[in-house]
Amino acid sequence: MKAVWIIARKELKSFFDSLIAYILLVLFLGFCGFFTWIYGSDVFFIGQATLRPFFSIAYWTLFIFIPALTMRMIAEEKKTGTIELLLTKPITDRQLVVGKFLAALMLIAITLLFTLPYVISIASLGNLDNGEVVMGYLGLLLMSATYIAIGLYASSITNNQIVAFLTALFISLFFHVIFDVLDNGLSGWLAQLFNMLNLSAHFESLQRGVLDTKDLVYFFSLIFLGLYLTESNIARRKISG
Amino acid sequence: MDIKIEKLTKKYGSHRAVDQISFEVHQGEILGFLGPNGAGKTTTMKIITNYLNPDEGEVFIGGKKLSEHADELKRHIGYLPENNPLYHDMPVVDYLEFCAALQGIERLRIPERVREMIRITGLNAEKHKKIGELSKGYRQRVGLAQAMIHNPSILILDEPTTGLDPNQIVEIRRLIRELGREKTVILSTHILPEVEATCDRILIINDGKIVADGTAEHLRKQAQGQEILTVKIEDGDVNAIFKALQSLSTVATVDFMDRSLSRFEVQSRPGCTSRREIFNLCVQNHWTLTEMAVSEAKLEDIFRELTMN
Repeated sequence: MKAVWIIARKELKSFFDSLIAYILLVLFLGFCGFFTWIYGSDVFFIGQATLRPFFSIAYWTLFIFIPALTMRMIAEEKKTGTIELLLTKPITDRQLVVGKFLAALMLIAITLLFTLPYVISIASLGNLDNGEVVMGYLGLLLMSATYIAIGLYASSITNNQIVAFLTALFISLFFHVIFDVLDNGLSGWLAQLFNMLNLSAHFESLQRGVLDTKDLVYFFSLIFLGLYLTESNIARRKISG
Repeated sequence: MDIKIEKLTKKYGSHRAVDQISFEVHQGEILGFLGPNGAGKTTTMKIITNYLNPDEGEVFIGGKKLSEHADELKRHIGYLPENNPLYHDMPVVDYLEFCAALQGIERLRIPERVREMIRITGLNAEKHKKIGELSKGYRQRVGLAQAMIHNPSILILDEPTTGLDPNQIVEIRRLIRELGREKTVILSTHILPEVEATCDRILIINDGKIVADGTAEHLRKQAQGQEILTVKIEDGDVNAIFKALQSLSTVATVDFMDRSLSRFEVQSRPGCTSRREIFNLCVQNHWTLTEMAVSEAKLEDIFRELTMN
């Protein structure tokens, strides 16, 4: 557990040292602020004391930003060979993957923390449904964790960051949109299958302020699957060289 | 801690990068790992450090199987990989602290260990720079510092002196020799004088197989079937001297090295020495023997003989 924390701390620090963290913060807050308060179906357009406009824009911004965050995390270590240095130290492949996962998740959590003024502002405008807000943030975090796990997996299959970015985006796109489209276009057991796989449906169910075990199981299984595949991808070096 | 390697085999596809290698290294011994590029040195080192798994065979460290006790045994190994990979955007001190923490050094002892390593490797003036800003020689020192930070009892160094200038090479060799007194060291290199200068024992590997194992002296003796002398004989006709040398019963071949200076290379028959005979020949003919030297078989020659197919 200690090794996980050491890796996570180093990764988080390197996000801030390399400006990635600041760029993410500025862009994310810029986008979300613009569409939550100024443009489109913003808070004033809806005329209700709700954070829904923010959640739906954050839903898309994070979808794009997370692959950019995770693309270098393993691909670069593989390219420069530093992964060899790490894994010959007393640390397991799993600890490395989990450490990196936590670092990215912590960065997203920090970013989301900066949107707390939105909550306070809107709460002062009218009657805010607290449950809805908590569940909304939980939904964003769970979704981010899922896409981080997918992003890490994509980063572990290649040495090239661009390939990792596009692969992560491609895989995420299925959960984000494509399963939703298929779900709507089909009927019968296929529709049910796609509905089950569709991330946006689970996200929306959380947004309604309901904590359903079905949704938690969905997110956690995707996270575990992503991290497990990442770990076995890294471990594969041992056998095939 | 002793390292024992038993019948190690690693295949890449159908190619056997390492083929049934067995050897032992004891505590207090520095083993020089020699071989042409692609002979299997790096692969063997990666297996010992548990970065790769062997297809067959087993590594024992301190009598324990590496495949079963990897997490525990990795703590005792310090490793400098080939090409010395480092995080270029990290400052030297931060990087060493990170490595120390990963090696499980107590939090309070980390600054002390980092200071110690910086002192040993002479990185003091560069310690706050980012690793990417350092010259190759300094990066190599950072690589060595991270390998030794937890005071491991086993050091695996893959080409530790590449990119260093001659002064640094001497320093690093001295450091390795010092460490080698109490630790088990395996180092690979292409630089042959380096092996002689630092290592107690040499292991030459070619095409995944061990072709020689022993001290530099031992290998020389093995390779040196025939005595080769360089002689310079003056005060006589060059051709007459040449003929006289050739007619000696112990001499196999004679070659002119330098006709105008009358220097010859004399190769004796296997198992014979011609030094006395040449001296007596000169006395009989009133020639003056001004130079006679036994040329040692160079490590380079031994290496080439063993690894050229």
